[in-house]
Amino acid sequence: MIGLPHYLVVAAILFTIGVFGIFVNRKNVIVILMSIELILLAVNINLVAFSAYLHDVAGQIFAMFVLAVAAAEAAVGLAILVTFFRNRGDIAVDDASMMKG
Amino acid sequence: MPVQAIAFYLLAFVTIAAGLLVVSARNPVHSVLFLITAFFSAAGLFVLLGAEFLAMLLVVVYVGAVAVLFLFVVMMLDVDFAELRQGFVQYLPFGGLIALVIAIEMVMVVAAVATNGAAAKNPLPNASPGGVPNTEAIGRVLYTDYVFFFQLAGLVLLVAMIGAIVLTLRHKPGVKRQDIGKQVARTPKTGMELVQIKPGEGISE
Repeated sequence: MIGLPHYLVVAAILFTIGVFGIFVNRKNVIVILMSIELILLAVNINLVAFSAYLHDVAGQIFAMFVLAVAAAEAAVGLAILVTFFRNRGDIAVDDASMMKG
Repeated sequence: MPVQAIAFYLLAFVTIAAGLLVVSARNPVHSVLFLITAFFSAAGLFVLLGAEFLAMLLVVVYVGAVAVLFLFVVMMLDVDFAELRQGFVQYLPFGGLIALVIAIEMVMVVAAVATNGAAAKNPLPNASPGGVPNTEAIGRVLYTDYVFFFQLAGLVLLVAMIGAIVLTLRHKPGVKRQDIGKQVARTPKTGMELVQIKPGEGISE
């Protein structure tokens, strides 16, 4: 019998993978952005699982808003990345301090 | 083992394996493709939970828009990705330790939920209370109780769209563009010039 804890464990592992990805891919902004998407996906799984097991549809509404914000974040993040690449010809985040001011 | 359990374990395994490959793949194009796999199997998990509308939304928005956007950017940028992976082995032990601590903490919380939390009270999933279909249930709540947040989400998307356009827009000097105001303001006087030319001489200009 598959219960709520099964889904929560999947979400927890996915969230951990996302955090791990940010740690090990410090230089590669694209993979960092993808790790953030994984984290948000884990949050969505949590919201939908609780929504299903508490018999309340509000969790799914929240998951939809998370989805909208994630899409906006990906669009703006990649636009910044493209601008950064145009200015420097490189996407290493280590020396991104030139963007100040 | 019932078919639902087999489907859950398969989808969960594929989701987690694809997530691991996203962060560890050498080629970022492969990372994006594994990200698509992870989203797709997560959509399968949503279907198992009875949230069909959100599952389809995940496929359309993430696989159809966000992942393709990532793919565009990864393929468009001409970057030496091998150089960007330099710190991978160096940060691996520390990152693994942090990840392990977070995972253990969260699984402990989940165990607490399993014994005397929401899961113990409601053992059966039911994403659409009251017997109405899932999409209808979402619509009934979204356009009444959450209509303000719905419009706010639209505003966020609009601002993100304008922001992305403003960030990537580039005005090249020397490109000829149509200026309607200038065209309308033109008169025969400014558009035409009469010159007296002496026979046998050209116009010097």
